[in-house]
Amino acid sequence: MNWRRAGIAAVLVIPVVFVFSRGMKTDPREIPSPLPGNPAPGFALAVFAPGQPPLERPIGDTVRLADLKGRVVVLNFWASWCLACRDEHQGLSAVARDYTGKPVQFVGSLYQDTPGNGTAWIAEMGGQSYPSVNDPKALTAIDYGLYGVPETFFIAQDGKIARKITGPAPPAVVKHIIDSLLTTASP
Amino acid sequence: MSRSARVIVGLLALTLVRTPARGQTPGADTAIRLRTPADSALEARTSAVASQLRCPVCQGLSIQDSPSELAQSMRSLVRDQLAEGKSPDQVKAYFVSKYGEWILLSPPPHGFNLLAYVVPVLIVLGGGALIALAVRRWTAGSEVPS
Repeated sequence: MNWRRAGIAAVLVIPVVFVFSRGMKTDPREIPSPLPGNPAPGFALAVFAPGQPPLERPIGDTVRLADLKGRVVVLNFWASWCLACRDEHQGLSAVARDYTGKPVQFVGSLYQDTPGNGTAWIAEMGGQSYPSVNDPKALTAIDYGLYGVPETFFIAQDGKIARKITGPAPPAVVKHIIDSLLTTASP
Repeated sequence: MSRSARVIVGLLALTLVRTPARGQTPGADTAIRLRTPADSALEARTSAVASQLRCPVCQGLSIQDSPSELAQSMRSLVRDQLAEGKSPDQVKAYFVSKYGEWILLSPPPHGFNLLAYVVPVLIVLGGGALIALAVRRWTAGSEVPS
């Protein structure tokens, strides 16, 4: 056996195998977000879907992140054309209702869609407990580094982004994150 | 002059003497704004920056080349930020702060990214050395002893 050739082959093959094995462990579709741990980008967006009592906000009212300091904010980006948004809709709506009276604010943000389509979709889905706002030029979506819907951001009471869920948000996970944020904040 | 020719001449004359409608000023109906050299320069700078940013909803396309709505929104944001006086590096830094370095089509040359710059050079150098070695062997073997 030619040990020299075997050695050269090993030197060439081992780095390639190392790079490929590294690549196999990562999901090429998953984009790492630099936002968790950083202050949440501010927004001031108009309500187009009021939600239901007691969580409702009047249509046309402006939801400002700056006004929500001291509360856990669950910001969910969605669209009527998004199939995965259907999967999480009822769960999110129910979880939002469970936290009525607690320092938690759910906000839906419409992404690349029209308020008309959004309102029709909410009606078709049987309503939404919390208000949804319109982000007409997707500027807030870009500010949050969005690359698809649904995406859900959890903003802690100190105004920093604590967590982000890409894809449909499971109700149990949403509850767990909110509870941990409420516990962290309480003295 | 034939009848049809007279009709055409008449229609032409009517178009020539047509006066602007009441309430209109000449040129007021042409709302299309002409592109100034400053607009063209901004467009060129927007294209240059947009070509370096990856479209988040596409596979390997820049926001300059992608027809997606998100890419269009991002492109107009690039244009707005440049128009506000931000430098191309500041605009790119904004997108990196939102999406991470992933958003840059060419990875910055540091850390693990250096491999993308160094490996091709090493391969070319190594390949050149191998070819030189092989050529030297072949020519050495084909030498006819005198």
